[in-house]
Amino acid sequence: MANGRKNGSAPFDGTIIDMQGIRKVYDTGKVKVEALKGIDVQIHRGEFVAVVGPSGSGKSTLMNLVGCLDTPTDGVYRLAGEDVQGLSRDQLADVRNRRVGFVFQNFNLLPHISAFENVEMPMIFGAVPQRERRARTTELLERVGLGDRLDHKPTELSGGQMQRVAIARALAMEPDILLADEPTGNLDTTSGSDIMAVFSELSRQGRTLIIITHDPALARRASRVVHVQDGRILSDEAGAEAPDTTASHG
Amino acid sequence: MRDSLRIVLQMFVRSAQIQKKRAYLTIAAIAWGTVAILLLLAFGEGLKLQLDKNRRAMGENIAVMWISQTSKPWKGLPPGRRIRLRIEDVGYVRDRMPELSAVIGEIVSYRTALAYGKKTVNGRVNGVSWEYGEARKHYPQAGGRFFNSIDQAEQRRVVFLGDEMARDVFGQEDPIGKTLLINNSPYTVIGVMQYKRQMGAYGGPDANHAVIPITTARAQFGRDRLNNLVIQVEQPERMKPALRRLNEILGARHGYDPTDERVLPTWDTVESTKIMRNMTFGIQLFLGIIGALTLLIGGVGVANIMYAVVKERTREIGVKMALGARRNWIVGPFLLEAMTYTLVGGSLGIVFATLLVTAASFIPTQGNEVMEFLGKPTLSIEIGIIVSLILGVIGVLAGYFPARRAASVDPAATLRYE
Repeated sequence: MANGRKNGSAPFDGTIIDMQGIRKVYDTGKVKVEALKGIDVQIHRGEFVAVVGPSGSGKSTLMNLVGCLDTPTDGVYRLAGEDVQGLSRDQLADVRNRRVGFVFQNFNLLPHISAFENVEMPMIFGAVPQRERRARTTELLERVGLGDRLDHKPTELSGGQMQRVAIARALAMEPDILLADEPTGNLDTTSGSDIMAVFSELSRQGRTLIIITHDPALARRASRVVHVQDGRILSDEAGAEAPDTTASHG
Repeated sequence: MRDSLRIVLQMFVRSAQIQKKRAYLTIAAIAWGTVAILLLLAFGEGLKLQLDKNRRAMGENIAVMWISQTSKPWKGLPPGRRIRLRIEDVGYVRDRMPELSAVIGEIVSYRTALAYGKKTVNGRVNGVSWEYGEARKHYPQAGGRFFNSIDQAEQRRVVFLGDEMARDVFGQEDPIGKTLLINNSPYTVIGVMQYKRQMGAYGGPDANHAVIPITTARAQFGRDRLNNLVIQVEQPERMKPALRRLNEILGARHGYDPTDERVLPTWDTVESTKIMRNMTFGIQLFLGIIGALTLLIGGVGVANIMYAVVKERTREIGVKMALGARRNWIVGPFLLEAMTYTLVGGSLGIVFATLLVTAASFIPTQGNEVMEFLGKPTLSIEIGIIVSLILGVIGVLAGYFPARRAASVDPAATLRYE
C-alpha cells in the first residue's frame, strides 16, 4: 500500500489481493527461468482489472499465483488478508474453493457430466448441503440464461453457452475474486461480446474481476488495465471506459 | 473427515460409469487370475489330502522293523552277528511296553499255493499278531471280520484276504465262510479287506496278500522266526523314545548294543510323514506362487488401465483441483475404481472356481489311477483367506500408484495449454 502509483477503485472497502515483491523462478534442472521478476500490486474489492501483455510476458504465471494454483518463489501474497505462503496443498485447494472462481479460455467443463453437475461440483468440494446446493445451482444457471439447459452435457452446448456454464460454476462458492483467462479467446464475436456483457454486469454487481486478455474490446471494459511485460508490471492505469470511478493516473 | 468420504464417493459415482468395455476386460483379467490361483491351490490341497490319506492307509504312527545283524561289538562279541527274533519276543516286548498300542510280529511266506475249487493262485501269506488288523488298517468288508486274540491263542485255521487276492481266487463269489486251501491245509475265510488306496508298503501291497494268525503260521510253515516286527504308538511324538526303549529291551535279551541301528533297520512312518508334509507344503507354496503371479498380471492390467484413465482425465483432475478438490478427493475415486474392479473380478473368480471345483468332485476317482494319486481339487477357508488377502493387496497397489500420479498433476500446467 506504500506503493501509491494508482488508486483505481473509488470506495476503499478492503484489499483483496496484495502482492509484494513477487518472484517466480521455474527451475527446469539446468536452466532457471525467471518468469516474474518482482511484482507489486494491490487489487481492491469490486475492481474490474484487465491484465494484458504479450505471450511469454509472465501474465499467465501471475494468474496462476493469484489463483493459488501455484506458489511464488519469493515475496508476499495475501489473498483477502490471508498469507498464502506456506499453505499445504490441501489448504491451497480450500482457498481456491472458497475465494477464487476460475473461467478458462477453453471452458474446462467436465465433459461426461451435465451442466448442472458441473456447476454443482465446487459446492460438493465446499461441503454445501445438498438441498442448498441444488437450489443454488439451478439459480446460477438461470441467472446466466441456461435455466432450460440444466441436463445438457457440455458437448450439447455452444461455445457461448459453455462459457456461461463455466461462469456459473465460477460463481458457485461466492468467491472473493473471479479470475478469467482469455474468456473470449475461443468464442466468435457475437458470443464474445455476449460474455463481455456478462462480465460487465457482474462488475456492476460489485464482483472483483481479474481478466487476462489479448482482446482490446474486453480490456476496454475494465476499470483498470495492468500491462505486464518481461516479468514486470509495465503500466497500471485506469481503463478507457472506466465506469463510475474517479480514476487517477499514477 | 466424513465430508471427505462423502465427496470421494460422489466423485467416484460420477466418474466410474465411463468406459464399460474397458472395465469388463479388466474385471475379466482379475477373475481369470483368481480362478487360476484358486484352482492351483485347490489342486495342491487335494493332492495333500490324498497323499495324506494314501499314506495313512498303511497305518498311523507305526514303525516297521526288519531283523538284521549287528554292526557294533558288544561284550566281547564281534560285529556282524545275525540277530533272530522269534514269536515269543512279541509277547516279551508287549509285557514290558504296555504303553504301545500294538506290538506285532510277522512271518511271511512268499509264493504260497492258495487253492479254491479248481483255481490255484501263488501268493504271499502273512502270519501276524491279531493287533495287526487295527494297526495296519485291515478293515473287513461287510459280513467279515479280522481274526482276534482267541483265534491266535487257539491256532485256528482262519484267513483274512486282501481284496485283490480275494478277487483273484474267488472271482465274483463271496469268499466269506468258504474253505481255502493254503499249501493243501484247509482254512476258513473270515473276512476280506475293504478297498484302500495305499501309498507305502513293505513286502507288497496289502490288497494282494492273505493274513493268518501268527501261531497258525508257525505250525503251517514250521518256523517261528519273525520277518518283521511292527510297533504302533498312540502319539507321533512317542515314537522316538519307544524305539529307543524297544532296542534296550531286545538288546538286553539278545545281546546287542541298543544304539546299534543296523540290528533292526527301521521304517519310522512318523519321520517320513514329516518329510512328506514338508514336501506337500513345498508343492502348495510353489503352486500358490504361480497362481499369485497370474493374479499379479491381472493386477498389472488394472494398474495399466488406471494409468490410462488418469492420463485421459489429467485435464479433469486439473480442473477439479482448480475448483478446490483436495488431494484425497482426487486420489480416492481412483483407488475405489481399481478396488472395485479387483473386488468384482475376484468375486467372479471365486464363484467360477468354486463351480469348477464342485464339478470336478463329481468325476469318479475309484479305479482311476491318476485321480487316486492326485486326489480331488479341494478349496478351504485358508485358501479363501489367502486369495482374498492377495486380491486386496493387488487391488490397493493397482489403484495406489496410478492415483498417486493423479495427485501429482500440476493444475497450473494442465490448465494453461489447449
